Amino acid sequence: MLCLALLVPGGGSGLAPPAAAQAGPSVLPLSVTEIAPGVFVHQGADALVAPSNRGDIANLSFVIGRDAVAVIDTGGSLAIGQALRAAIRAVTDRPIRYVINTHMHPDHLFGNAAFAEDQPEFIAHHRLARALAVRAERFLAINAALLGPDAFAGTRLIAPTRAVEDRSVIDLGARELVLEAQPTAHTDNDLTVHDTASGTLFLGDLLFMRHVPVLDGSIRGWLALISRLEQVAAKRVVPGHGPPVAAWPEAVQPQKQYLQRISADVRRMIKEGRSIAEAAATAGLSEREAWLLFDEFNARNVTAAFAELEWE
Amino acid sequence: MTELIARRSVLYLVGAAITGLPVTLARAEDDPWPGLHQDVFRNRPISEEDGLVTLEAPIRAEDAALVPLTVKVDRDKLSAPLTLTLLIDKNPAPVAATFFFGEGSGEIVLSTRVRIDAYSNVRAVVETSAGALSMTTKYVKASGGCSAPALKDAELADAELGKMQLRQFEGGLPASTSREAQLMIRHPNYSGLQMNQLTGYYIPAKFITDVEVKRGDALVFRMEGGISLSADPNIRFTFRSTGPGDVLSAVAKDTDGRVLRGSWPVKSGKES
Repeated sequence: MLCLALLVPGGGSGLAPPAAAQAGPSVLPLSVTEIAPGVFVHQGADALVAPSNRGDIANLSFVIGRDAVAVIDTGGSLAIGQALRAAIRAVTDRPIRYVINTHMHPDHLFGNAAFAEDQPEFIAHHRLARALAVRAERFLAINAALLGPDAFAGTRLIAPTRAVEDRSVIDLGARELVLEAQPTAHTDNDLTVHDTASGTLFLGDLLFMRHVPVLDGSIRGWLALISRLEQVAAKRVVPGHGPPVAAWPEAVQPQKQYLQRISADVRRMIKEGRSIAEAAATAGLSEREAWLLFDEFNARNVTAAFAELEWE
Repeated sequence: MTELIARRSVLYLVGAAITGLPVTLARAEDDPWPGLHQDVFRNRPISEEDGLVTLEAPIRAEDAALVPLTVKVDRDKLSAPLTLTLLIDKNPAPVAATFFFGEGSGEIVLSTRVRIDAYSNVRAVVETSAGALSMTTKYVKASGGCSAPALKDAELADAELGKMQLRQFEGGLPASTSREAQLMIRHPNYSGLQMNQLTGYYIPAKFITDVEVKRGDALVFRMEGGISLSADPNIRFTFRSTGPGDVLSAVAKDTDGRVLRGSWPVKSGKES
């Protein structure tokens, strides 16, 4: 189905002209919630990327300082990035100097281009550029097919202009954001953002709530990182998927349980000499009722966990 | 005859690999099989679904870059040695691997993991020592497997390239002298179809071409493989154990001329 969609980008009518790259006459701002003074979050849909949601499935945030604004993740299409920018402009005229990508996944950074006119620094984990470079073609093709020509129109990639090696601090004016490049967990390029002024920790997809966690890095690394992050004193956290704000470290407990469950099931099956296909069909099923989109991702998570853990 | 098949399949792979471009040869035709039948098997008659060979494959792949396949051959129905060729019709390099089984092999139960680029028939073709061909086919829904980067942790992959590991399993196979083991090789198996958008170039193909596993001096199997095998090539196979003191050894070679070697004492039945 995906392949067919790629071959016929115009959809049913082969005569339809390609959708115009520019957005419609007026961009409708995304709805946002002010979860702490100067900290705004837009809650994405708990869904797969589809034309109906225009790629708006991840939580997107911005933080306003005395002198500047930082955007944390930009959404799954140019249109969503533009709608996020409109939401920012509805509450502040301060310059958007920083666009931070928490990791490489399209639903978090395909809206980058909406901010090109602001000429911000595009900041990411030092491993993001390489990881995105080898996936770009595929990410673009898949999302073009999933979103359809209208919702995907104008979407292009903007690579980071500034890489965080380990830890980096940006100053928004009387407000500092501490950026930390994390070891391989959800992906190999997860970056956390800590707004120390409000005590808000932005975890990107290191934290899934409601939406089943998606493993695209290392299950061992992710569990180890969770143990470390649990020690961080944060007043609140912003997950990559789920509610706009949650209490810490309570928010991570269901995800921790899910990853531990998969880990234990897969390790047991490896020990029993079972195959990766058998594991994909059964591991983690006791967690099924606890999550949305479980059937869409669990078997794939198990496959990835198995390929990692069998090297132990 | 088996050597001839092997040479054909390797040429096929190298042809696709060295161009470094997405070869659409297989996609140009609606049904690639007649062409493959000609190129790989020289149009020799093939008996289909005759029960000699069975193939387990998912109907829909969870990860197109890591699709598990298991092949079983009813060895009672033929005499050793034999070869097994795995084909993925719609892949840029349709011949995923050819296995040659030797006197050290047990009954044939073999699992590996492959990349699948488009919804495709996947075939397991066995050639008996008498030269007869037998085939079974499964249709697998998967796409993009050849261009997808399967390596989730790029730095770990670089650091561990070439590491080999062997897992051994407790018995449980019908023939009591057959044992099961799994050879794992850390290798990106770059397909040549994975693009680096930063440079605008495809990452050059770099993959494991040959794997040979022996029990002592006896050949268990030799494999000629290519870019359709998943990253971190992984082969679960059977071997015939002769008793305490057996040693399994493996030699793997890649397109850069890298030679990887490992050897492992055969564990007694209860360990895993």
